[in-house]
Amino acid sequence: METPAIKLTGLKKRYGTGDAAVDALKGVDMTVWPGEVVGLIGPSGSGKSTLLKCLGAVIEPTAGRMELAGEVIYDDAWRIPDLRALRRDRIGFVFQAPYLIPFLDVTDNVALLPMLAGRDNAAARKHALELLTALDVRHRAGAQVSQLSGGEQQRVAIARSLANHAPVILADEPTAPLDSERALTVVRILNDMARQYRTAIIVVTHDEKIIPTFRRIYQIRDGRTHEVAGEGRAL
Amino acid sequence: MINLASRDVLHGWGKFLFTGIGLGLLIGATLTMAGVFRGMVDDGQVLIDNSGADLWVVQQGTLGPYAEPSSLRDDVWRGIAGIRGVAETGNAAYLTIQMAHAGKDTRVMIVGIEVDRPNRPGAPPYLTAGRPILQGHYEAIADEKAGIKLGERVKIRRHDYTVVGLARRMVSSSGDPMIFVPLKDAQEIQFLKDNDALVNERARTAANPAFNRPGVPGLLEAAQASATQARNVNAVLVRLVPGADADSVADEIQRWKRLTSYTRAQMEDILVAKLIATSAKQIGMFLAILAVVTAAIVAFIIYTMTLAKVREIAVLKLIGAKNRTIAAMILQQALALGVIGFLVGRIAAGLWGPAFPKYVLLLPQDAIGGFAIVLTICALASSVAIRAALAIDPAEAIGG
Repeated sequence: METPAIKLTGLKKRYGTGDAAVDALKGVDMTVWPGEVVGLIGPSGSGKSTLLKCLGAVIEPTAGRMELAGEVIYDDAWRIPDLRALRRDRIGFVFQAPYLIPFLDVTDNVALLPMLAGRDNAAARKHALELLTALDVRHRAGAQVSQLSGGEQQRVAIARSLANHAPVILADEPTAPLDSERALTVVRILNDMARQYRTAIIVVTHDEKIIPTFRRIYQIRDGRTHEVAGEGRAL
Repeated sequence: MINLASRDVLHGWGKFLFTGIGLGLLIGATLTMAGVFRGMVDDGQVLIDNSGADLWVVQQGTLGPYAEPSSLRDDVWRGIAGIRGVAETGNAAYLTIQMAHAGKDTRVMIVGIEVDRPNRPGAPPYLTAGRPILQGHYEAIADEKAGIKLGERVKIRRHDYTVVGLARRMVSSSGDPMIFVPLKDAQEIQFLKDNDALVNERARTAANPAFNRPGVPGLLEAAQASATQARNVNAVLVRLVPGADADSVADEIQRWKRLTSYTRAQMEDILVAKLIATSAKQIGMFLAILAVVTAAIVAFIIYTMTLAKVREIAVLKLIGAKNRTIAAMILQQALALGVIGFLVGRIAAGLWGPAFPKYVLLLPQDAIGGFAIVLTICALASSVAIRAALAIDPAEAIGG
C-alpha cells in the first residue's frame, strides 16, 4: 500500500496562554496522497494559514502528529532537528504572490533552492531549465523577474517549489491575483506537476473559480477539518 | 552557490553606486583631515630638515626659535664656534609677516640667513630656479608656494627685494612659505623701529637726564645709536662635525654659554608634539566624530537596504536558506559599500587635497589603515542589519 505524502492526526495549535489562549487548530486529521491536489477551504480566521504554517514547519503545533512521506516529523514535539533543511529539501511553497527574488533572473530563482541544498550550480541550472520547459516559460529563462507577467511569475514560482523534488507542495492562495483563465491554467499546471512528479499538493484557496476542480477538499471550520468530496471538474 | 550580495548589488547598481559615492565623499573628508594632520607634521619635519642644523641655540629657557620668541646677540656664535664638535654656525632670524603681493595678502615667514658663503646652516639646501643670494642686501629667495616669480621685485616692509632664486617645500611649521633674505635685512625688518618711532625714541632719550648729562659728552649719542641698532638674532644654527655627539655638544653650550640648546630630536619633539599638539587633538576629535558619523551612516544605509528586502529574506528563510547565507549577503554588501566608499574617498581626497591652503599629505600607510578601519566600521555597522534580518519570521512569506 502506498505511503501518504502527508498524514496529520489530531493536530492542535493554541496561541497564547490562560484566558487569552486561542485554539486555532482543535485536532486536525488529514491525509494527502502522492500525486493528488487537495483543496483546503474555509472562512477567514478558520485556521487555514495556521495549518499551512504548521505543515510548512514554520510554527510549532501544540499537540498531535505529523507524518511526511512516512516519516514522523512531529509527535507532540518536533522529531526533526533542522526544520530549515526540512523545508528546503522536502516541502515546496507557492505563495499568494509569486515572491520571486527580484535580483535573480528566472533560471536562478528556480535553481536557488537546489543550490541552497548544496547542489552543483550547473546541475541546478540544468534542472531549473527542465522545469521551466515543463511549465512553458523556458523562453523567459534569462529574463529578470520584473519583466514577467503575473501568470509567468506564478509559473516560475511553481517551478521553484518543484526544484528540490519535494514530496509536498503547499500552495497559499496561488490564484488570488489572477483572472479566471490564468487561475485555471495554474490549477491545471499544479495537477500536471502533481501527476508528473508524484507530488502531493495542498491548495489553500477562497477562489470560487478553482474550487470545483478539486477531487477532494478539506473544509476547515472552527479549527477542525472536514473532508468533502469535490466535483473534480475537468480542466 | 550564487553570490546573493553581488546579484542584489548589480540589480540596483545605480542606487548602490550613488550611495557608495555619497559615503565616499564623507570618507574623503575623513582622509583629508588625516592628511592635514600629516601635512602639519611634515611641515615641522621639513623645517628641521631644510635648516641643515644639528643643534638650535636659543635664548635661555625658551622653546625658540619656532615655538616661542627667542632673542640672542648676533655675536654669540663666536663662542659657540670654538666648542669641540662644532663644524659650522649660522645666525638666523625668523619673522612671520603679512605681505602684500599681486593684489592680495600673503602670509610668509621671513628668514634671515648669513650670505657670506654658501651652505651656511639655515640657507635653503637646494634651489629649483635662480641662484643663491650673493649681495648683502635686498635680494631674496622665495618658496614656490608664495607665488612669486623669479626676477620679480617684492616689497617687504620698507624695502624692495629682487627674487633671485626659488625653493620648494621651504615652509614654516604653520605651512607658510619662507622668503630668505640677508641676515642684516631680516634684523632690520624684525628689530628696527620705523622713522617716527625713532624720532620719538630719540626725543625721549634726550629728555632723560640719565642719558643727557652736560658733563658727559658723547653719552647721549651713544645711547641713541644703541637704540637704533639691530644686533639680535633668533637662533644660532649649529652644524656638527661628523661623529660628534649632539647631546654632549648641546650640554656644553648650555653649561658654558648660558644659552638653551636643542638637538634635532628635541626640536622634533617641540615642533611635532608641543607646537601642533592642540591642532592634533582638534583633528583627532574631528576624525573620531567622522568615524562615528561614517559608522552611523553605513549602519543606516545597510539597515534600510535590509528592511527593503524583508519579504525576500522571509522567502529565503522559508525555502531553507541558512542564517549564515543571509548574514553573508548583508555583510558582503556592507563591505562592498565600504570598498566603493573608500575608493571614491581616496580619489576625492587626492583631487581636492592640493586645493587646500595647508599642505595635505596623504600617506600610503594612512590609506591602508583607513581602508582597514572603513571595512571594520562597515562590518560592525552591518551587524545591526544582520540582527534585524535574522529576526525576520519566515512565516511573513505566508499570508494570514
